[in-house]
Amino acid sequence: MLLAAIILLPFLAALPAAAVHSDRLRPWIVFAASATHLFLTAAILIDPPPAICGGWIGLDPPGELVLLLTSILFFICTLYGTGYLRQWPGRFNRVLAPCLLGFLGGATLMTCSQQLGLIWIAMETTALCTAPMIYFRRTPESIEATWKYLLICSVGIAIALLGSFFLVYAFLVHHHTPGLLFSQLLAHARDADPVWLKMAFVLLLIGYGTKMGLAPMHTWKPDAYGEVPGIVGALLAGVLTSCAFLAILRIMRVCVAAGMRAYTGHLLIAIGIFSMAVAAVFLMGQKDFKRMLAYSSVEQMGILALGAGIGGPALYGALLQMINNGLTKGMLFLSAGNIHRAYGSKSSDDVHGAVRREPVSGTLFMIGFLAITGSPPFGPFVGIFTILKAAFVDHLFLLGAAFVGLLLLVFLGMGRTVLAVTMGRPLPGRLYHTQFRDSFLSVAPPLMLLALILLLGLHVPAPLVKLLHQAQRYIEVSP
Amino acid sequence: MLHTTTPQLILSIATHFLVPLAIAPLFPGIINKVKAAMAGRRGPPLRQPYLDIFKLLRKTLVISNTTTWIFFAGPLVAVGAMLAVELLIPIGSSPAPIHFAGDVILFVYLFAAARFFTTSAALDTGSSFEGMGAAREVSFAVVSEAALIFSLLIMIRFSSGLSLNTLLLAPFKQGSVGPRLMAAVGLFVFLLAETSRVPVDDPDTHLELTMIHEVMVLDHSGPLLAAVQYASSLRLLILINLVLLFIGPPHTGIPILSWVLFILEASATAVLVGIIESVMARLPLRHVPTLLAAAAVLSGLGFILALR
Amino acid sequence: MAWLVNAILTMVLLLNLFLLSVSRMKSLISGVALQGIMLSILPLLLVKEVDPLILITALVTAGIKGWTIPRMLDKALRDVRIKHEVEPLIGFIPSMLIGAAGTAAALMMTIHASGLHHPKSLLVIPASMSTILTGLLLLTTRFKALTQIIGYLILENGIYIFGMLLLAVVPFLVELGILLDLFVGIFVVCIILNHIHSAFASLDTRRLTSLKE
Repeated sequence: MLLAAIILLPFLAALPAAAVHSDRLRPWIVFAASATHLFLTAAILIDPPPAICGGWIGLDPPGELVLLLTSILFFICTLYGTGYLRQWPGRFNRVLAPCLLGFLGGATLMTCSQQLGLIWIAMETTALCTAPMIYFRRTPESIEATWKYLLICSVGIAIALLGSFFLVYAFLVHHHTPGLLFSQLLAHARDADPVWLKMAFVLLLIGYGTKMGLAPMHTWKPDAYGEVPGIVGALLAGVLTSCAFLAILRIMRVCVAAGMRAYTGHLLIAIGIFSMAVAAVFLMGQKDFKRMLAYSSVEQMGILALGAGIGGPALYGALLQMINNGLTKGMLFLSAGNIHRAYGSKSSDDVHGAVRREPVSGTLFMIGFLAITGSPPFGPFVGIFTILKAAFVDHLFLLGAAFVGLLLLVFLGMGRTVLAVTMGRPLPGRLYHTQFRDSFLSVAPPLMLLALILLLGLHVPAPLVKLLHQAQRYIEVSP
Repeated sequence: MLHTTTPQLILSIATHFLVPLAIAPLFPGIINKVKAAMAGRRGPPLRQPYLDIFKLLRKTLVISNTTTWIFFAGPLVAVGAMLAVELLIPIGSSPAPIHFAGDVILFVYLFAAARFFTTSAALDTGSSFEGMGAAREVSFAVVSEAALIFSLLIMIRFSSGLSLNTLLLAPFKQGSVGPRLMAAVGLFVFLLAETSRVPVDDPDTHLELTMIHEVMVLDHSGPLLAAVQYASSLRLLILINLVLLFIGPPHTGIPILSWVLFILEASATAVLVGIIESVMARLPLRHVPTLLAAAAVLSGLGFILALR
Repeated sequence: MAWLVNAILTMVLLLNLFLLSVSRMKSLISGVALQGIMLSILPLLLVKEVDPLILITALVTAGIKGWTIPRMLDKALRDVRIKHEVEPLIGFIPSMLIGAAGTAAALMMTIHASGLHHPKSLLVIPASMSTILTGLLLLTTRFKALTQIIGYLILENGIYIFGMLLLAVVPFLVELGILLDLFVGIFVVCIILNHIHSAFASLDTRRLTSLKE
C-alpha cells in the first residue's frame, strides 16, 4: 500500500503541477509532493512493507539506500526550487515542475522495481523526463546538449534492452524459463549459459553505464550538466546516476549468483579506472565550472564502479560513497548555480572572487570541492578511504596506487578552477548586470546538505551502517 | 549423356551450337521493340539487328593508320571467346558438348579474355575517348566480376563437381532457393553491366563522354563492327541463359520442346530488360560502382547463406 | 514456417545493405518503413498459435514502424526543407562493404556458435546483429539529424528481431516498452528538430559544435 502510494504520488502530483496556472503556486506543489515523499520514505524505511504486484514492486536493501538518497536530495532541491523557480515564470516554470515530479516518480519506481523489464521502463521514464529539463533555457547550446543527451542515452537505453534480452536468452539456452523477477533469475542463475550471461552483462553495463556516465559513454554528461539549471544538475548527478548504479548492481547480483564474481569484478574495475583517468585528463584546464562538476561526476562514477568491482568492504564503501556523492554533488550544483546566476557566466575566465561577492555560496562551493575530492572531515573521505583500504587489504597494490594517483590528479585539476572562481577579487572592469544576491532559500538547502555530509564524515549513523551492510551482503549473495 | 547413338549425339551438338548462333541477334531486337512500344512508337522490326549485321558485312573496312593488329584482333577474339563459351555452358536444358572438371574457371576467363582484347583494341586506336571507355569498362569489371564469381561459388556449394554441366543443371535443394535467387539478381545486374544496358550504360546515347561500352568501338567499321555487334548479342544471350539457369532449368525431357521453352523464357527476360530500360534513367557514372558493388555484395551474402 | 521467416530475414538483411548505400533521404525513409512492416509479420510466424494479443502487437508494430514514424519523418523532411541528399562521413560503398562484412561475420559466427536455444538454421541472431550494426553505422557516419534518427530506428529494429526469440516467454511488457520508447523518443526528437531548425537554420549536426573541449 505504502509502496503503491510512494510511486504514484509524484505522478499524481504532476497533474495539478501541469494544470495549475499560478507560477507562484506550482513550486510549492512540487515541494509539498517531495515533502510527502520524504515522509512516506521514512515510514517505509522504518517498517518495510511487503512486496506488491506479484513481487514486481518491492524494496531490497540497496533500493532502500537509493530511495533514501533520492528522497532527501529531492526534498532539499525542491526547497531550493521554491525560491529558484520564482525567477523563471511562465513556460519555463510550467515545463520544469511536472518534469521534476515525473523524474521523481521514475526514480522511485526504479528503486522499488524487482523485475528486469520494470527497471528498464523506470530508467526510460527518468530519461524522458530529463530531456525537457535539459532544454530548460531554450538556447542553442541547450538544444545541442539535449540532442546529444537524447541520442546517446536513447542508444544506451536500447542497448540495455538488448542486454536484458540476452540475459533472458541465457536462461532459455538450457530450456529454463524463469520469470523476469530478480529473485527468480537469482534462483536459477547457475543454470544460465555463461557465454550469453557474460555478453548480457557487458551490454547491460554499457547500457545503464551510459546513464550512469561511465567513460567512454560519458560524453553527454558535460554538455548536459553544463546547460541545466543547478537544481536539475544536482538531481541528475545525485539521483539519476545512483539509479543507474543500482540497476548495474542488481544485474551484477545475478551474475555473482551464477559464479561470475571475478568476471564482473574485472570489468567494473577496468571501466572504473578508465572513467577516473578520462575525468582526470578532462579536468585539467577545464574553465567551465559546471562542466568541471560533470567530469567530477564521471570520476565519482568511476570510484563507484571500482568499489563494486573490488567487492567486499569496497562495495560497502562504494554504497556509502554513492550517498556521499549524491549529497555533495547536490551542494556543489546548488552553490555553483548561485554563483552562475550572480555572475551571469560559468567560465573561470570571468568569475573571480565568489567568496567576496557571494560569501555563503562561494564558501559552500569551496567546501564542496574539498569534500568531493576526499578531504576529511567530510563524508566522501570515509567512502573513498574505505574503498582504498579494501584494495590494499586485497593486495591490489598497483590498483590502489593508480587510484590514489588519479585522485591526486583530479584534486589538482579541479583545484585550479575552483580556486580561480572562489578566490581573488571580482574583475574590476566588468559590470555584473545580475542583481542576484544570496538569499535564505538559495543558501539554506546547500547548507542542509553540508550538515549531512559533515555528519556522514564524522559519524555514520548506526541504522545507515546496518542498511549498508545489509545491502552489501544482499548484492554479493552471501547469507 | 542422355544420347546413345552417334547421329543423335551429332544432332544434339549441332543444335546446341547452331541454334543460339542463329537466334542471338533476335534479343537486342526484342529489347528495342519493347522500348519502342513503351515509348508509344512502332520501332524497328525484330529482324533489324540481322539486317544491320548483313549490311555491315557488305561494307568496306576502314582502318586507321595508327592501329596495329591488336585493333583487328579485338572483335574477332570477342566473337571467338563467345563461341567457345557457348560450347562450354549448358543452354536451356541442353548440356554442354565440351565439359571437364574446372571448365567453370575457363568460362570466367573467356569473358575476361574477350574484355581484355576489346579494351586493348580500344586503347590501340590512341583516341582519348576510347581510352576513357576502356578505363571505365575495366574498372567497373573489377567490381562486377565479383558478382559472377560469387554466384558460381554458390552453385559449386550446392553441387558436386567443378564442371558447368553439373553445376548449372543441378536441381533445387533444401536451403538453396534463397542463395540461388540472390545470385540470380546479382547476375542480372552483371548482365546489365556486361551488355551495356541502362542503368549502367546507355546503348542509344551518342554522347561519348557518358558512354562506357559503345565508346570503345567508335573506330570499328564494316565487318569488324558486325563482329562486335554479333559478339555482344551472343553475350546477351549467354548471360540471359545463365540467369535463367540460376532460377531453375525447365526439364521437359523432349529436346525440341525444351528449346522452344528456352527461347520463350529468354524472350521474356529480354522483355524485362527492355522494360527496365524504359522506366529507369541511367545512373550518374559515379553511382554505377555502388550498384555493381551491391550486386557483388548480394551474391557474396548469398554465398555465405549457402555456406550455412 | 521457418523458411518463410528466413526469407523475411534475408530481405531484412538486403534492406540493411540498401539503407547503407542509398543516397536519397526519401528512399532511406521508405526503406525503414518497409523493414518495419516486414518485421511486424514475424511474430505471427514464430508462435505456435496466433492469439489476439499477438495479432494486435503485429498490427501496432506495423502501424507505428511502417506508417506513423515514416510519416513523421517525411513531414519533418518536407517542413524543414532540408536537402534531400544523405551526407555521409564515409562513402556509400565503404559503408555498404562494412555492413556486408559485419553481416558475413554474424552469419559465420552463428555457423560455429554453440549454446543456442533455437534451431541453428534460423537467421534471427545474424539478422539482428547485422541490423544493429547497420543502425550504429548510420548513427555514427551520417551527419544529418534525420539520418541519425533513422539509424536509431534501424538499431531498434535489430533489437526487436532478437526479441522474437523470446516472444514465447517474455511478457509483452518488454515488447510494448520498445514501441512506447520508439514513439515517445521520436516524438520528442521531432519537437527538438523543429527547434534545431529555427535555432540553426540547418539540420546539420556538424553545426552542433559550440559545446566542446
